[in-house]
Amino acid sequence: MIAVSGREVLTELWHGLIKAIELIVTLDPEVIQVAGRSLRIAITSSLLASAICLPVASLIYFNRFRGKRFLISLIQTFYSVPTVAVGLFVFVFISRAGPLGALGLLFSPTAIVIGQMVLITPVLLGLTISALSGVDRALIDTARSLGASRFQTALVTLREARFAVMAAVIMAFGRAISEVGISLMVGGNIRGFTRVITTAISLETSKGDIELSLALGIILISIALIINIILNRVQQR
Amino acid sequence: MALIELINLYQRYGERDILKNINLSIERGEVFALIGPTGSGKTTLLRLIDLIDRPASGKIRFDDADTDAPAAVRLDMRRRMAFVLQKPVVFNLSVYDNVACALRWRGIKGSRLKEKVNHIIDVVGMSDYRSRNARQLSGGEVQRVAIARAIALEPEVLLLDEPTANLDPLSAARIEELISSIIKSYAATIIMATHDLAQGQRLADRIGVLMNGELQQAGGARDVFASPRNREVAEFVGVENIIDGVIMSSEDKIVNIESAGRSIEAISDYAVGEAVCACIRPEDVTLALSRISSSARNSFEGEIKWLVSMGPLTRVELQCGFPLVAMVTKRSAEEMGLSKGKKVFATFKATAIHVIKRN
Repeated sequence: MIAVSGREVLTELWHGLIKAIELIVTLDPEVIQVAGRSLRIAITSSLLASAICLPVASLIYFNRFRGKRFLISLIQTFYSVPTVAVGLFVFVFISRAGPLGALGLLFSPTAIVIGQMVLITPVLLGLTISALSGVDRALIDTARSLGASRFQTALVTLREARFAVMAAVIMAFGRAISEVGISLMVGGNIRGFTRVITTAISLETSKGDIELSLALGIILISIALIINIILNRVQQR
Repeated sequence: MALIELINLYQRYGERDILKNINLSIERGEVFALIGPTGSGKTTLLRLIDLIDRPASGKIRFDDADTDAPAAVRLDMRRRMAFVLQKPVVFNLSVYDNVACALRWRGIKGSRLKEKVNHIIDVVGMSDYRSRNARQLSGGEVQRVAIARAIALEPEVLLLDEPTANLDPLSAARIEELISSIIKSYAATIIMATHDLAQGQRLADRIGVLMNGELQQAGGARDVFASPRNREVAEFVGVENIIDGVIMSSEDKIVNIESAGRSIEAISDYAVGEAVCACIRPEDVTLALSRISSSARNSFEGEIKWLVSMGPLTRVELQCGFPLVAMVTKRSAEEMGLSKGKKVFATFKATAIHVIKRN
């Protein structure tokens, strides 16, 4: 009995896989639209968060202040913050009754971007700080001795750490595109508006539409693979 | 008016005093060598002068202004200086961009930047490496880039920390040549740290001896080498014969120093009963097979303990109650038949002795 049902599942999976590849190869509008939205949202949140986190990480790294070590370990603690926790946190803020309720952001792509930014901020800050710590102290002294201002010193150091910083950004992007909790809670999985790869997979699978789920799953894994290849390349530099 | 003035300067890392009560003035256009053994605080002092660190206490005055000022003022002052670190680090950029970056920070751009950078790269002899990544260069080449980067700024003060340490002898000689030509063609004030005494002597107008964080002596290169102020400096500058004794008599500044039952005549201001060291350079000791009569006031019989041939010279180690090293030419050593165990007379003039007080 078990063997038969196991075979059935395998057959179903196999058919699903064939259909999924068909969907991708024929550039099925639904698949393309969902995948494109996923990429757009994750890229936007990664870039915006980087624009904020790189300077902030430099500020933390280059300044001496009370509680610096505590702050850094706090940041590292939040690397693995559950996405649903971030989703809940952002939900409370932007829901109609929340402090930012008047902006009407709930269940919009902007809400997902905000949520993802919150999610990846600790990773970006923490990894950028450790990228900067990886730069030879003598290089910072050299820059200062050659008359670099504090800002110029920070720029030079970031430039020296560029590959490690780039790796941090890519890691953050990977975490953003693969999360589901935030997109579901503050995006609402609205078809044609806030439905992204991960939310589509969870919905379609529960509906029994295994082909679409598989197609999107393959795309997500391909993206992860590409990210990994780029990351490896970058880290070998 | 001194360009740089260090007043009662202290630097402390944790519990340890790295620099103790440094007082020093550097004149504009002067080449000053800071010599001292590794770990004596040379780098720490240069970092303070370049305003990279702030001192634990004491004052640094630069061009008649107090450097204990807000960061922006210190940056303006620092931009009038350039510092080549002991282990120079180049940016992960081309040789050209390495030299250009500090000029760009000062707002220099366009054709003026290009002209300047290319000229300096030529000066340090790195034209063939212009677009090469600086990280791929050898130690001597990295040092060249570091020096180019510094002199491109036309600094009023050039600080060099052990510019030839960590280099092979050939590269070291080339870098020294480069520094020497920079001294000649740029009117910059140069402060260089080195543990190489001979290098300090070759390049500098004035020398400061830093030991254990204290500036033991500062003065003309010849003064420091000929008249070290204390036993530590004497040992560091390579005085080989340092004989401990006590002044037993003094008349018209002619003193008799007793050591190991022998009496050495010398010229000194110190009073009777003072514990002193008599310093004699090995070149000033004459050897003879029998007691000679001459104007030299000191002649002691001793036994040869060791002979080492050093090119045209022979270094002879004697025991005449106190150990004594003499330097004679190889030819006279051969003619005299000097050998281990032989008895000889060592003679030196009272005026060849430099007397220093013992602590």
